[in-house]
Amino acid sequence: MLYREAGQFKSSYDEDQAIFPILQDRIMLAIVLIVAFVAVPLLFNEYWLSTIMLPFLVFSLAALGLNLLTGYAGQLSLGTGGFMATGAFAAYKLAVAFPEMNIIIVFLLSGVITAGVGVLFGIPSLRIKGFYLAVATLASQFFLIWMFNKFPWFTNYSSSGVISAPPRAVFGDYFVTGSSASPQAKYLFALAFVALLALAAKNIVRSHIGRGWMAIRDMDIAAEIIGIKPLQTKLGAFAVSSFYCGISGALWAFIYTSSVEALAFDITRSFQILFMVIIGGLGSVLGSFLGAAFIVLLPILLSNAPTMVGLNISVDLISHMEFMIMGALIIFFLIVEPHGLARLWQVAKEKLRLWPFPY
Amino acid sequence: MDAYAPQKKERVFGDVVLSVDDISLSFGGVQALANISFGVREHQVLAIIGPNGAGKSSMLNVINGFYHPQQGTITYKGETRRQMKPHQAARQGVARTFQNIALFKGMSTLDNIMTGRNTMMHRNLLWQALHVGPARKEELEHREFVENIIDFLEIEHIRKTPVGRLPYGLQKRVELGRALAAQPELLLLDEPMAGMNLEEKEDMSRFILDVNDEFGTTIVLIEHDMGVVMDISDHVVVLDYGRKLADGSPDEVRSNQEVIDAYLGVAHD
Repeated sequence: MLYREAGQFKSSYDEDQAIFPILQDRIMLAIVLIVAFVAVPLLFNEYWLSTIMLPFLVFSLAALGLNLLTGYAGQLSLGTGGFMATGAFAAYKLAVAFPEMNIIIVFLLSGVITAGVGVLFGIPSLRIKGFYLAVATLASQFFLIWMFNKFPWFTNYSSSGVISAPPRAVFGDYFVTGSSASPQAKYLFALAFVALLALAAKNIVRSHIGRGWMAIRDMDIAAEIIGIKPLQTKLGAFAVSSFYCGISGALWAFIYTSSVEALAFDITRSFQILFMVIIGGLGSVLGSFLGAAFIVLLPILLSNAPTMVGLNISVDLISHMEFMIMGALIIFFLIVEPHGLARLWQVAKEKLRLWPFPY
Repeated sequence: MDAYAPQKKERVFGDVVLSVDDISLSFGGVQALANISFGVREHQVLAIIGPNGAGKSSMLNVINGFYHPQQGTITYKGETRRQMKPHQAARQGVARTFQNIALFKGMSTLDNIMTGRNTMMHRNLLWQALHVGPARKEELEHREFVENIIDFLEIEHIRKTPVGRLPYGLQKRVELGRALAAQPELLLLDEPMAGMNLEEKEDMSRFILDVNDEFGTTIVLIEHDMGVVMDISDHVVVLDYGRKLADGSPDEVRSNQEVIDAYLGVAHD
């Protein structure tokens, strides 16, 4: 009854293809944004902001990047970790080499550099598909991490191989990176980045570019026959996806952990992000966020739940239970809805539109 | 005289817009097409008929650049070519539908047909990411055009439905819509009426004739239903085992002894 579009008439195609054509969706989004931008930084303490919300945002952005490539353009990739590392190291080199450069520009440029690297490693996608492509993209994962470890130039000859984010401020003196930055500032900065990039992603996937990606995903031969060039389309998807992953890596290194080594972006990171995309929902912007929330937030909830409800269980048992429950939940959700959490949400909305008279 | 009486309109054709010269295509030892030549005039509806495995679909695939023949040339709009990529053919105004529906299953009807206009949309990524100004205007212009096609094909009610959920007959119609969205000058239809009931066949025939009439589109189609073929086509090419058996008006073909032996058969009385 609450979620019904009766009486909401659209009198132009512009209104019909608005990003959220239904009023209730717009209200919902406004509430989410207000909570995220106002309530969270005011109410959450430092621990919550910097160890829970920041990784959630960073992973959401990486999952969004991979979702553009795998979910929308249908190109399976296991190179996400490598692209995140590229973004992190590119941002570090840029920030150190040009101390005067605005940190926003630094992040965007590091995304552009990663996009270039992504295109390079996307070239095999023109000849190979599916799982074989996933194996081919592993090359980027291993090669890039090896390269950042092997050549000390990337870490400015730091003996430990760790890069530390230099302090940088936006709008004058609001420090968003480095030790003097407050968790609130870091959180808001990352949130703004993620929100704007998510909006851009949504706009891209509903444009002719996104339709070209989906056409290649659903049936590449038919796509080519109606005039979509496979080369440009696939490499374009790799570029945009890597741009997002690169910025996510830069946010990780600068905002989330402040110092990072290349091994933080190893193969397990790529798998983790791929799982987020699969569980959240392939081909859905919302799914990237749901998947990241599921993989990042749920374990934290599970490990804290026993103490919160007052159960006295030993720490090792809690951590074992966390693994078991997590595994069971993943299996449960994949059986209930193989298309991911985003599809569950969509089905719920469709049912809600008819409720309580579903005939 | 009754002004509303149906009048037999004299069909007027232009010059030869597509000519196929001496095409041979083989896959390993299998000769799919052997020395095929024929021409299609502008605004014509040409049907290719023949038994299964005769090389009809291969012929369409050669025309739109998907197969590369070992021998022979294709001349389209005065340009002679041996090999080309399918997306180049699309950009020259050749569109097609498939025998087994080749829609983009995860996308809605509207998006599928919009994809047919991709070759005409040029705003770059940055504009699209912002979705303002020119990008939005471009999107709306094309939406307008696509809505006209949706009206024309009478599929307004399934605009937002993912095509995977649609029944077969409607999917075929959406696929025709996607081909029309590219405003083709030459439309290749591979068995547009396969698996349809009588009513759907009648609808589809009407759409094909309307496309031909209203937009002047030249049409090459493959069809097994002889009633449909003889009714709607201006010219028929008969293939059998990769060879051309006959080439002429529906009446000529119908009375050709070779064609009757190979394909049409005779009524047993």
